[in-house]
Amino acid sequence: MSTVVNFHKVVAVAGGFPVLAGLDIEIAKGEIVHLRGSNGAGKTSFMRVCAGLIPISDGDANVLGFDMRDDRRSPRRHIGLLGHDNHLYKDLWVQEHVEFRARATGAEAGDAGAALRRVGLSDRLWSVPIERLSAGQRRRVAIASMLVGRPQLWLLDEPHAALDYEGRGLLDEILVEAASSGATVVFASHERDLSKSVATRVVTLRGGRLWEDSGAA
Amino acid sequence: MLREALLIARKDLRVEWRSKVTLGHVAPLALLILVVFAFAFDANARLLELGAGGLYWVAVLFGGTLLIQRAFDVETEDGNFDAFRMSAIGTPSLFLGKSLGVFLQVVLLELVLVPGVVLLYNVRIENWVLLLAAAVGGTWAFSVCGVLWGAMAAGLRVRATLLPLLLVPVLAPVLLAGSRAFETALGVRADAGWTWTSLMFVIAAVHTAIGLGTFGFLLEEG
Repeated sequence: MSTVVNFHKVVAVAGGFPVLAGLDIEIAKGEIVHLRGSNGAGKTSFMRVCAGLIPISDGDANVLGFDMRDDRRSPRRHIGLLGHDNHLYKDLWVQEHVEFRARATGAEAGDAGAALRRVGLSDRLWSVPIERLSAGQRRRVAIASMLVGRPQLWLLDEPHAALDYEGRGLLDEILVEAASSGATVVFASHERDLSKSVATRVVTLRGGRLWEDSGAA
Repeated sequence: MLREALLIARKDLRVEWRSKVTLGHVAPLALLILVVFAFAFDANARLLELGAGGLYWVAVLFGGTLLIQRAFDVETEDGNFDAFRMSAIGTPSLFLGKSLGVFLQVVLLELVLVPGVVLLYNVRIENWVLLLAAAVGGTWAFSVCGVLWGAMAAGLRVRATLLPLLLVPVLAPVLLAGSRAFETALGVRADAGWTWTSLMFVIAAVHTAIGLGTFGFLLEEG
C-alpha cells in the first residue's frame, strides 16, 4: 500500500507559535484516519501543513509524493480541504457555487448536480442564494464543492459540525466510498463514536506531536 | 490563463449582480460626491467647469476603492482565499480575473458618473476618443493597482482603513494624468491629453506585470 502522507520530525510554526513540534506520522492510501486531541493539540495545523498552507520549518514532509520543503503548492490540486470555514460565496446560488468550484478544480461543471444530489440537497434548493440556507445545508454545499473535485486526499476539520443525523450518516457513507475508491481521508473530530463507525485508524495528537496511534486496521 | 481569468471575473460579476452593491450603493454614493462638489463650487461655475475632470476622478477613486474593498471581502469572509490556494487556478489568472472584475464594475460606475459630470458641471465632451481612451487606461491602471494593494491588505484586520491609505498615494499619478486628459477631452485645457493618457497606459502595464509576477507571493505570505 503506497504512502500518501509521510512526516518525519516535522516542525511547523504559525504566527510565531510552534504548531507542530516534531511530528512523526505515516498515512497510507485508502485509510480513513480519525484525528483526535484536545484544543490546540495541532489537528488543524497538521491538516494545513498537509495542504501546504503552512510551511514546515524543520523535518521532512512528503504528501502525495511531493516534498513539502521544496514544493508545497503542487499537491494542493489533488487535495480537498474542508476547514472550520465553508469556503462559500453567500451571494451565489447553490448550483452556481458548486459549478464554479468544479471549474476551479479542473472538473466538469456538469458534475455539480451529481455532487449536490449525493449530499442530499434537493433540486429546489439549487437556485437558492447560499445566504438563505441553514448552517447544515451550507455544510452540505461545502462538502459537495469538495466532492466535485474528486480529491486524492481529503482533509476535513470537524466535518460533521452543523449536520443533522441524516447528514452525518450521509457524510460517513461518502467518506467510506471515497476511501474504497482509492482516496485517503483524514478528519478531525471530538466525537469518539465516529472512530467506531467510519475510521480505520485513530490518531491522537498532543502538543503538536503524535501521542497515540491505533495503527492501520 | 485567459479562460481561468474569465472564470474568476464572471464569478465576481455574478456575486455583484446578485448583491447589487455597485449599482445600489456605490454608484449613488459617487453621484452624491459629484453633487456635493457642485454645491460647494456653485458660486463659481467657471471653477467647476475647469475642475470637472479632477472631480470626476475623485468620485471614481472613492467609489472604486469601495469596490476593491468589496472584491476582497467576498474572498476573506468565509475563507475563500484558502479555496483558491487549493484550486487548480494559477495565481496570475487569479490576479487578471480579479482585475478584470473590478475593471468592469468601475466602468459601470463611470457610465453613471460621466453623464453626472456633464449635467451637473455644465461641460461638453469635445473629444470622445480621448475621453474613452483615458477612461479605459485610467480604469485599468486603477484596477490592477487596487487588486495588487488589496491583496496585500486582505489578510489584515485593519484592511478597511488601511487600503485607502495605501491606495491613494499609489494612485496619485493616475488621478493626475486622468484629470489632465479629461480636461483636454472636455475642452477646458489645451494640453497634451494624449501624453497623459499614454502615461496611464504605461502605469497600467507596469502594475499588470508586477501583479502577474508577485500575486502568488502576496497570497502565500499575506
